Amino acid sequence: MTMEVNRTYPVNGPKAWYQRWWAVQPVRSTVIFALSLAIGLVVWQLISIKYGVYFFPSPSETWIAFKELAQDGSLATSTIDSARRILVGWGLGLVVGIPIGLVMGRFGFVRQLLDPYIEFFRFVPPISFVTLAIIWFGVGEASKVVLIFYTSVFIVTISTIAGVLAVDPLKVRAAASLGAGPLRTMFLVIIPASIPEIVTGARLAMGNSFLTIVSAEIVAAQHGLGALIWKSRNYGRTEWVFVGIITLGILGFLFDRIIRVAVRRGLARYVNHG
Amino acid sequence: MSALQAVSASSGAAGHSIEFRNVSIRFNSFDAVSGVSLRIQPGEFVCLIGPSGCGKSTLLSAAAGFLGTRGDAPGAVEGEVLVNGERVRGPDISRGVVFQSSEALFPWRTVRENVAFGPRIRGVRGGELRDLIDYYIALVGLDHAADRFPSQLSGGMRQRVQLARVLANQPRVILMDEPLGALDAQTRSVMQREIERLWQETQCTMVFVTHDLDEAIKLGDRVVTMTAGPGAGIKSIYDIKLERPRDETTPAAIELHRALRDDVAEEVLKTLRSQRR
Repeated sequence: MTMEVNRTYPVNGPKAWYQRWWAVQPVRSTVIFALSLAIGLVVWQLISIKYGVYFFPSPSETWIAFKELAQDGSLATSTIDSARRILVGWGLGLVVGIPIGLVMGRFGFVRQLLDPYIEFFRFVPPISFVTLAIIWFGVGEASKVVLIFYTSVFIVTISTIAGVLAVDPLKVRAAASLGAGPLRTMFLVIIPASIPEIVTGARLAMGNSFLTIVSAEIVAAQHGLGALIWKSRNYGRTEWVFVGIITLGILGFLFDRIIRVAVRRGLARYVNHG
Repeated sequence: MSALQAVSASSGAAGHSIEFRNVSIRFNSFDAVSGVSLRIQPGEFVCLIGPSGCGKSTLLSAAAGFLGTRGDAPGAVEGEVLVNGERVRGPDISRGVVFQSSEALFPWRTVRENVAFGPRIRGVRGGELRDLIDYYIALVGLDHAADRFPSQLSGGMRQRVQLARVLANQPRVILMDEPLGALDAQTRSVMQREIERLWQETQCTMVFVTHDLDEAIKLGDRVVTMTAGPGAGIKSIYDIKLERPRDETTPAAIELHRALRDDVAEEVLKTLRSQRR
């Protein structure tokens, strides 16, 4: 009976406090994140010491600029303006891109008809349309939203087509023999089965929107993070540029997180099978 | 209780006959099936057996209505496929199909929701729908897993979902394309009994494609062997007169197994020889 006791391994003995904490996943990832941030700040500081504020502002100079811009309200309005343009343009991209992708994926004829245009325009960067957008849609909001829409719609369409084409034909056959006509097949089989690819497309489109917003705000935008970055050039305020860039990065990260959480909450059954 | 009785009573309707009249099916330049004629009686259980690529599944697809009816389109059916005396023009809820792959299930729907797919389209709602679904889920023995998703089920359970989903539409014909092909031997054996029981309860006409000789002998009223493609046709038809439930280890069953094996082996060899040439 005492044999059992002798078989205890030292590994199972009490652990030190840091070992216990390190085993907790959220603690571990927070610590690693903080470490990553700290290393980044140190590298940034070292580079800025070498080059000076005009060429490469330090973290503290950037922080002061951040407070400056936050206090006079221009950072908040810029962020809100850019976020709104991105959300509207990206949303329109989904609203137009998903139905087009569904129809193109389902009907080979339509696919062949539209494919040359999709394949052409997806290689033309939005920045090349800035001038045209202003001529056609004016200097107001419309031209910016259109550029964000342009950068979103192709990737959403292409992802949706990929999703539709990947639907197992067995599912379509099964649905047909269970009484589903073309419309029900679309809404009850094709769309639910394509949701993972559509979500991927939406996330890529969000990334594209952030890449595009700065060029969309080059000309004639009063506010917006892109406008802030372009205007800072005129004042020679490199640290404002840094503030704009960091805010864009954080905003993009935040939006992607929101999409991921929303998908996990609302679309879990469509995404997490298999 | 009365709702359940109504459900089981309506599912007891007799099966439909199926008739292939000189059916040929061509995919571009490839002759999948040529000149097949076969009459399947209402309520009969027929097993189709033969070497891979001999057009068993193609014949089943023709009966399901998955193949085109226009003469010139690839995969179009030449000749006539009649179910209950009417020409097949497309898929229909009176002809349920069970596929080998559980890819045919809707993975974003629970067992219950998969089974509800057909009845909801037919317009069944509320308490009636609930009773119907409960009845068929219980019939295939999945009451304990009704709210699980297909990814949370074993292979055998997924095939039960396919069966329940088809049965919930109260079909007259069930077409099964190697439904047990992906299962292990133990589960297979259990599922064979299940399918036999469901057939006896619903009195549907069953067409069952399989590679497994014993499975065919266990289940079929008749076993149809097919010749090797291209241009596959019917080789021979065996009437299986053994008493149900059948035991594949009795001398009579073993004798049948030998005959079927020789039949199929001959066709497999023929394919091999033609490939070597």
